[in-house]
Amino acid sequence: MASSQIIILAIIATSIATYISRFMGALTSEKVSVKSKIFKWFNCVAYSTLAALLGRMIIFPAGVLADSELIMRLIVFFICIAIFIISKRNLVIPTILSAIMLNFLIQI
Amino acid sequence: MINLQAFFTGLKSLKGARSPALPLAACFVALGALLKDAGFNIQQSAASSFFTYALPGQLVMAESLLLGASIVNIFLAVWLVNFRLYPMTVSLFPLLEHKSQPKWKYYLSCHFLAVSSWLIAKDTYKNINAKYRIDFWIGIGTGTWLTAVLMTIIGYLAADLLNKEMLIGLAIVNPIYFFCMMIGAMKNLAVSISVILGTTLGPVIYLFSTEWSLLFAGLIAGSVAFLFGEKNGQ
Repeated sequence: MASSQIIILAIIATSIATYISRFMGALTSEKVSVKSKIFKWFNCVAYSTLAALLGRMIIFPAGVLADSELIMRLIVFFICIAIFIISKRNLVIPTILSAIMLNFLIQI
Repeated sequence: MINLQAFFTGLKSLKGARSPALPLAACFVALGALLKDAGFNIQQSAASSFFTYALPGQLVMAESLLLGASIVNIFLAVWLVNFRLYPMTVSLFPLLEHKSQPKWKYYLSCHFLAVSSWLIAKDTYKNINAKYRIDFWIGIGTGTWLTAVLMTIIGYLAADLLNKEMLIGLAIVNPIYFFCMMIGAMKNLAVSISVILGTTLGPVIYLFSTEWSLLFAGLIAGSVAFLFGEKNGQ
């Protein structure tokens, strides 16, 4: 187990590493016009990076999720997305159901 | 200094059927429990969400600490996984820009940039007068950020009550919610291709490079989607 000093250093390092990207983004934004092509490009890159992260969280998760089986996560994923589309984009039902379904699936 | 009406409109986005409060609560409760497991005390857990406020980076930090990684390695790994915040900020902040607003608001409130607040702001900024959009954003950010900090504390305190199956159940809520939000945002060809290609390339490139996968997948999928969008006149 990591010592207290190491934990504090890790929190500082993590926070700085995270804030750099946000702050650089704020600086770059001052030079980017909403109507420019570069803005559209950044928009596409933002959505695809986010999608890549979420895809990775389902297929190769970190944390506790890694202890569930891939096939179960995929079942939950596809059912919840289908519910979201069928329910005319209700967000509450698929999100609550996802937790209940996965909890149920890993216990059978 | 801050337009309170716009601020509270932003803050109120925590309520209602599209609220991110539920998925935020689920994943930060799970994070609080995980941090306790990793040997953090309650102040350190709260400080992590207070100062970092980016779940994937915090997960990387906790896992790296358990593996005994050096601080430099943690810094690099977190930077790479949270680099997505850079294009996300650049694709949001120009929409909130107004000449009459001071720069410090932008420099401070960029800390609130996370998937939840970003998706809400992109979805609703048009309803707000351009002059006060940054105040609206600060409202959204304050709400989502404080929810995250509070839920980390609750997760830490409730860690002993939560069994592993429950934590796994909580952990899936976050990607499911954000996927649904992203599907809701697929209103034009470029964004639709970005989402579909990014989802596919993320895990595929991960097989070759764990650390650089997000950056490469985002750049490749985003650029391809952009070119497609341009070619089809969008």
